[in-house]
Amino acid sequence: MDKTLPDLASAVAGIEDGMSVMIGGFGGSGSPIELIHALIDRFLATGHPKNLTVVNNNAGNGHVGLAALIEAGMVAKLICSFPRSADPVVFTERYQAGEIALELVPQGTLAERIRAGGAGIPAFYTPTSYGTDLAAGKPVEEFDGRPYVQERWLKADYALVKAHRGDRLGNLTYRMAARNFGPLMCMAAKTAIVQVSAVVEPGAIDPEAVVTPGIFVQGVVEVANPVQEEDLNRANARYPEAAA
Amino acid sequence: MRLTPTQMAWRAAQDIEDGAYVNLGIGLPEKVAQFQPPGRQAIFHTENGVLGFGEAPPAGQEDWDLINAGKKAVTIKPGTAFFHHADSFAMVRGGHLDVAILGAYEVAETGDLANWSTGPRGVPAVGGAMDLVHGAKRVAVMMDHVTKDGKPKLLHRCTLPLTGVGCVTRIYSSHAVIDIVQGSFVLREKLAGLTLEALQAMTGATLHTDGPVADLIAPEL
Repeated sequence: MDKTLPDLASAVAGIEDGMSVMIGGFGGSGSPIELIHALIDRFLATGHPKNLTVVNNNAGNGHVGLAALIEAGMVAKLICSFPRSADPVVFTERYQAGEIALELVPQGTLAERIRAGGAGIPAFYTPTSYGTDLAAGKPVEEFDGRPYVQERWLKADYALVKAHRGDRLGNLTYRMAARNFGPLMCMAAKTAIVQVSAVVEPGAIDPEAVVTPGIFVQGVVEVANPVQEEDLNRANARYPEAAA
Repeated sequence: MRLTPTQMAWRAAQDIEDGAYVNLGIGLPEKVAQFQPPGRQAIFHTENGVLGFGEAPPAGQEDWDLINAGKKAVTIKPGTAFFHHADSFAMVRGGHLDVAILGAYEVAETGDLANWSTGPRGVPAVGGAMDLVHGAKRVAVMMDHVTKDGKPKLLHRCTLPLTGVGCVTRIYSSHAVIDIVQGSFVLREKLAGLTLEALQAMTGATLHTDGPVADLIAPEL
């Protein structure tokens, strides 16, 4: 078994129009910029994929990564907790023009919905959002005298995730706070594609240190020196550059 | 006559015990970490998956894989732990945090909090606000006592969209320290030069007392 993929283009080749795609990262930390840009390249060359439903904590920053995906017109709906950033202009304009749908989910509920999707739990109850506008229409039940809101699992066709090291079997480690949604999204997607700084041989990662076991991962592609969204934005970068 | 935001952060820091696990909301509450009393060490949690992080690095030495919930660069120090988002919010909802200190637009005497939305205009964004108000043993807010045009922000009932119901336990305002006890504001401290009547006039619900009211004192900062 070898889950490594030869390049970024083949890593994103299976994503089709209308699919749901979980994209890892919290702001720029853990954002799989190279995978996102490869997906944009495919869209610019072929017109596909489009009408995507994207799950991410945020809505992009500046004109690179997730913001560039939205700016390219590939995203029909965003499921996120915090669609604001230092430079949220791309999402804000699309949203206010009615060109992109938004499902706003509290951050911890978003994480747990994704975890539940990966764990085969169709719904769960949480105290979060009880009595607020975001609980509207959702079943409420009391447990031990306190009210809780029912939330449903969240699954996706694809996950695009950034990890640190990955072996040929898909076992992963992450780097610091870039871990954030990665392990959850790998679980919740039918096909989890992971960019890693280094592909290593099985055995090179201490089994005690594996964060995401390979069973949750379908493809690993090496991006040796991944860019940081924050660095791109400080340089006022755009993707693709020709759009500047 | 009022505490500055920095003085409010100092006052809130005095109540954090040694060894407490603490989440500080984005913005003003982050300042609380600067004012830990000598001899006490709290362990700070940030929602994106770091426990026990250190101070901001010098400019130019940021590692953008190592940020806090406000997306500012932080550092590691001995004892730091990383974890994924579901574990992070298990720490929040599961009752493992001792203290959460948040900002507030409005607080009601019922403990209801409004701090995520100022109404239907603009792009709605909630982040972790609705999670953080559940689970911490103490949920405190730091806030100006009145709006910029002098209207009460401590109210009988909130007028803005709620973040959580009956969740706030203590308010550190620009003018007072107030606990919420069984649906009432109970005054603990007020600025020395401020009469109870004057403070009541700035407050949108009845201030109760159940013992002596101390002077609210903070150093010049």
